Amino acid sequence: MPIPTGSQTIGPFFRVGVDRPAWSDLTREGASGTAIRIEGTVFDGDGAPVPDAMLELWQADANGHYADLDDNRPLPADAHFRGFGRVCTDDAGQYAFRTVLPGTAPEPDGTTQAPHANLTIFARGLLKRLATRIYFADQPSANAHDPLLRSIADERVRGTLIAQPVASADGLAVYRFDIVLQGKGETAFLAV
Amino acid sequence: MIAPGRRRFGPEIPGTQPPYDWPAYVSTIKRHPTREPLALAHTLSELTGPMFADGWAGVDQVDLTRLRPGAPEAIGQRIIVTGRVVDEDGRPLRNTLVEIWQANAAGRYYHRDDQHDAPLDPNFTGGGHVLTDDEGRWRFLTIRPGAYPWRNTYNAWRAAHIHFSVFGPAFASRLITQMYFQGDPLLETDPVYHAIPEVSARERLISTYDADLSEAEFALGYRWDIVMRGRSETPMEGR
Repeated sequence: MPIPTGSQTIGPFFRVGVDRPAWSDLTREGASGTAIRIEGTVFDGDGAPVPDAMLELWQADANGHYADLDDNRPLPADAHFRGFGRVCTDDAGQYAFRTVLPGTAPEPDGTTQAPHANLTIFARGLLKRLATRIYFADQPSANAHDPLLRSIADERVRGTLIAQPVASADGLAVYRFDIVLQGKGETAFLAV
Repeated sequence: MIAPGRRRFGPEIPGTQPPYDWPAYVSTIKRHPTREPLALAHTLSELTGPMFADGWAGVDQVDLTRLRPGAPEAIGQRIIVTGRVVDEDGRPLRNTLVEIWQANAAGRYYHRDDQHDAPLDPNFTGGGHVLTDDEGRWRFLTIRPGAYPWRNTYNAWRAAHIHFSVFGPAFASRLITQMYFQGDPLLETDPVYHAIPEVSARERLISTYDADLSEAEFALGYRWDIVMRGRSETPMEGR
């Protein structure tokens, strides 16, 4: 049987191949639900911003349904929400996605996760992708029952997965989610 | 359509993937995490992934040698690069998005921050993308990329390569990698290439020259297949 192809770094010069500025707005096709912005900065082990990272979001729609035929749970699906976004960090290492607050629904095995978005990080200096999840601080009850969050004993580590509401100038609900690749405050990455 | 849970993504096979901490590639030193990634039972979050079959990613761009049909041609050795995307059972992955980018024939990227003193080609930007067909096949016409120097160590040169971004069926299968060229002497010392521990796994990143793919009086042909993580117990339908 063939073994999976090995990963290699995205390098620093990926924009001509993968930069799709429109893809940072997951609501652009008319998604239903609560529009939100998730924004933050990617930092390296010196606390310096990472200006050559590419982030990808994968999340359920406001009903908790993933826009994939393999999610065949009996849920209403938002035909105007693809659930996939991509953004490249800017010179200050910053990024922002506009999306909707993901819903949640029981898994096929009956367990229920808290609302979350799945995030992939590629960057120069990363030989393979990093994966993590974005949860939302204003969902304390759901977060308290989430299987992944409950599995993380260290509160500081768990806290790196939780986006915090911040004030916004434009009326949109905004959450801050910084990503620390290494060292103090290092984000909890997941072995997906 | 496959019932959830019937697609499986096993753990990484030792030796077949690079580590995060690989000081020979200097950029990893301040960017690799220090904790092991947390174990996670797969849920629909990992077992599903974006679908592109309806053309959501835009019209295929498979000819990198011209910025648009009829435009002047880029300079360099024309090559045809083609292959298949399959899963660990060898099943084709259809309608999966393959994106590529590369340096031009002189070893220069179309990118603000590429300061290598080599000429830009006004007729070449070096990006393309395509959806795989029903057999998992993809094909690009491009220019053989030049090698280029980088400041990883003194007088270091990257082996010639084309970057590939592939999705596969799920969040769990997402892959970005690089395709190399058979016989490139720079592969002996390239620390990115050598980050994959097992020789056999490493060598799978090297495309092979295939005379049957070459087109007479026109272009050389190279073949390279991509294996995505994951197995499925039923054929993939409808993706």
